[in-house]
Amino acid sequence: MAGSDSTAVPVLGAGPDVAPDTVKILIAGGFGVGKTTMVGAVSEIAPLRTEEPLTVAGLEVDDLKGIEEKRSTTVALDFGRITIGEDLVLYLFGTPGQQRFWFMWNDLAIGALGAVVLIDVRRPESSFAAIDFFERRGVPFVVAANGFHGSHPYPAEEIQESLALPDHVPVLLCDARERDSCREVLIALIDRLIEDVVLRSSPAH
Amino acid sequence: MSVPPSAPTAGEVSGGDEAGRLVRPFTLIGGRTRPSRADFTLITTVTAVDPPPERAARPQPEHNRILRLCARPLAVAEVAARLDLPVSVVVIMLCDLLEAGLITARPPRPVTGTPDLDLLAKVRDGLGRI
Repeated sequence: MAGSDSTAVPVLGAGPDVAPDTVKILIAGGFGVGKTTMVGAVSEIAPLRTEEPLTVAGLEVDDLKGIEEKRSTTVALDFGRITIGEDLVLYLFGTPGQQRFWFMWNDLAIGALGAVVLIDVRRPESSFAAIDFFERRGVPFVVAANGFHGSHPYPAEEIQESLALPDHVPVLLCDARERDSCREVLIALIDRLIEDVVLRSSPAH
Repeated sequence: MSVPPSAPTAGEVSGGDEAGRLVRPFTLIGGRTRPSRADFTLITTVTAVDPPPERAARPQPEHNRILRLCARPLAVAEVAARLDLPVSVVVIMLCDLLEAGLITARPPRPVTGTPDLDLLAKVRDGLGRI
């Protein structure tokens, strides 16, 4: 049976022979907006990180200012896990924050239930790329304004208007450090997905 | 991230892929005869086959680390993070292990198009409990 080395590995699924179904939600937004904080707030494990080496070819030239000698870089991916039940596990992936890693989002978006776009109302433009990406790809998303130190200078309606978001994209105010707050955001996303399914299957549509 | 090469023993060389390949209990995806990197997404779960097939060649040390990690089902992303190796490197090793019949791989729940309401309700309930 399992060796003693496996004791450090958390148990997934119903048993050694039964792998659970897995689904994922993406946590996107600009650099430093609180994506990993949010993943950590709701994940049952400390956020894990994998790093992929990339060659600089294909990256925007602007990003290489001052590092002309650098031949390769790495892109980090932080993620967490929520066990929904014995047979279902939800993974949360923080998308790489810098815009130049947009090509990573393509792979990540495949098979995702949906996405949360975190914004910092002091610099919302850093999350525009994420909003554009999910709109273009038709990936359902909600927008969550992560209040700096938990403060929210603008109401959700105002943020929705200033981002020119359609009505069916909910905007929530959240504190990415708080589990309850992040859970509300994720539930709002699932509710939106459920609404989409109901709308699409209604005869009037 | 270098994988220490292990010299094959005489037995491994002559014991032979060719004979073994015919009977290896592959977990096949899409009817192909060889696993490919595309079979492993970040949330594909991998599980070590226990007991390992008799004909399997002795795994290399890095492969053994993976097998110990996935004694219970574990997502590819978690294997990579726990080994502190890039996903792309881990996937290559997982291909080897799948081909050798030492692991099984379970693809993620497909959600393209309209996800089903049962699944969404289940996720919602689960989130309510955290």
